[in-house]
Amino acid sequence: MSGPALQTQGLTRRFGAFTAVDKVSLSVAAGARHALIGPNGAGKTTFVNLLSGAIPATAGSVALLGEDVTAAPQHARVRRGLARTFQVNQLFAELSPREAVVLAVSERAGAGGTWWRPVSSMPALRREADALLDLVRFPIAGRDGRTGSLAYGRQRLLEIALALAMKPRVLLLDEPAAGVPPAESREVLEAVSALPRDVAVLLIEHDMDLVFRFAERITVLAQGAVLADGEPGAIARDPRVKEAYLGTMEIGHG
Amino acid sequence: MRVLLHAVPWLAAIAAYFLMPERLPLLSSIAIAALFTVSLDLIVGYAGVVTLGQAAFFGAGAYTAGLLAQNGWGEPLSGLLAAAAVAAVLGLVTAPLVLRSGALAGLMVTLGLGLMLYEAANKAAAITGGADGLQGVEVWPVLGVFRFDLYGQTAYLYSLAVLFVLFWLAKLIVASPYGLSLRGINGNPRRAPALGVPVKTRLTVAYALAAAYAGVAGALLAQTTAFVSLDALSFQRSADGLLMLVLGGLGSLYGALIGAAAFTLAHHALSEASPIFWQFWLGIALIALALYGRGGLMGLLRKLMPRGAGS
Repeated sequence: MSGPALQTQGLTRRFGAFTAVDKVSLSVAAGARHALIGPNGAGKTTFVNLLSGAIPATAGSVALLGEDVTAAPQHARVRRGLARTFQVNQLFAELSPREAVVLAVSERAGAGGTWWRPVSSMPALRREADALLDLVRFPIAGRDGRTGSLAYGRQRLLEIALALAMKPRVLLLDEPAAGVPPAESREVLEAVSALPRDVAVLLIEHDMDLVFRFAERITVLAQGAVLADGEPGAIARDPRVKEAYLGTMEIGHG
Repeated sequence: MRVLLHAVPWLAAIAAYFLMPERLPLLSSIAIAALFTVSLDLIVGYAGVVTLGQAAFFGAGAYTAGLLAQNGWGEPLSGLLAAAAVAAVLGLVTAPLVLRSGALAGLMVTLGLGLMLYEAANKAAAITGGADGLQGVEVWPVLGVFRFDLYGQTAYLYSLAVLFVLFWLAKLIVASPYGLSLRGINGNPRRAPALGVPVKTRLTVAYALAAAYAGVAGALLAQTTAFVSLDALSFQRSADGLLMLVLGGLGSLYGALIGAAAFTLAHHALSEASPIFWQFWLGIALIALALYGRGGLMGLLRKLMPRGAGS
């Protein structure tokens, strides 16, 4: 695997006269720890939706593991190894966290149509689900409760575990720390830094603390276009980046 | 402990056979209502597709078994299979219409299909007997041995045995990965596809499966009473089934059994006391359950039972 895991070329999305994403060319290397930042309204969310296939591109292309997927629908991209988490939690309130991950694992393993044997007779599903919950450091005590009554930070962990159950090669993390109270954000941070190294991660995040701890490469988006792209140190020193944020936010910690 | 709890409803059903020999027709109607409620629980409680037209499948099954027996094939088990097959095919054909749009539109489609089938059966009097009902249904002995007797002994034990087998099949299905995916779709239909769940296919299968269950329930009624009336297709039957389900507790198969039994017994007792007024008491019971008893009678039972025993 030498080529980039995920690559866009001139990716553009217009809504009427407004260009939300403007000729963005971005390359996420295999196994990368890549962050995408930018001020509000920079087009980050639209860009993620173009990558995942939730909305079609106006122009340009998306390649996943060297294959053009610009025209492929969302579920086809999932099958080819692109998984994402959602900015607003999209979970199964009535299922337990363990049941939800078992569901995700069984669908990925092609066992979702099995009706002639109970889940409890398929220990491999449960083992894999538990391994995924371990991976994101989801506490054992909460795995059989109702997802709807979990703390917000825990729901974020579950969200990440569900995405990992797809066995992705590329993982889009859409603001994993958004809305998480400070007391729980460390859990999310630990889960994100413990992600397997063979998965390329593109992190879309507002929390600069998380970005600079995690990322080995940062792309800055402003007004729909790439403003800067490089190592965290270089990005933190870049005067254009500072200007884009209008000094309202402190960039980096060194 | 758990095993004993699972045996309770069935032991009660068998005890009832000996304790109330003069009430066997009532007991049979409970078993049939329970199977119908299980069918509704599969599609409404687990898959989350609300329907007002489940009686269409009940009636289709009843007329299938009834017509077979009327026209010289009275073998009961193959009659059940034929009824299941006809109802399932009807379910498969109509599923795209029901699942196509939003919940309210789907509800209207199920209602419309139910009304259409009722009117069609009414008009096709040459075949169905119309408002007079289907006469001359002759059902052979079960397994070639057990004749349907005047007291309804065979009718009850036969209905109970079919309910038992299909109940445990339903138990297996809802505990399977397929059943889990239905609960996932029910819980969050927008997220499920992101996990690779083919939502349309899964719901179509569930709809046809529930239709087959309802068809078997209808066939049981036709075979055990040797008669089919338009009642089998009536909107009232669909509505009663939903009431039994809500009364017993949505998404719990035992709830379906309890709801059907409680509803049928209450109907019987209250309508003997005051024939017209019984729906008033039913109304009060439903409002009380909606306000205080989320999870229906099954939810109440769970609260009363020691922790961990009622799942």
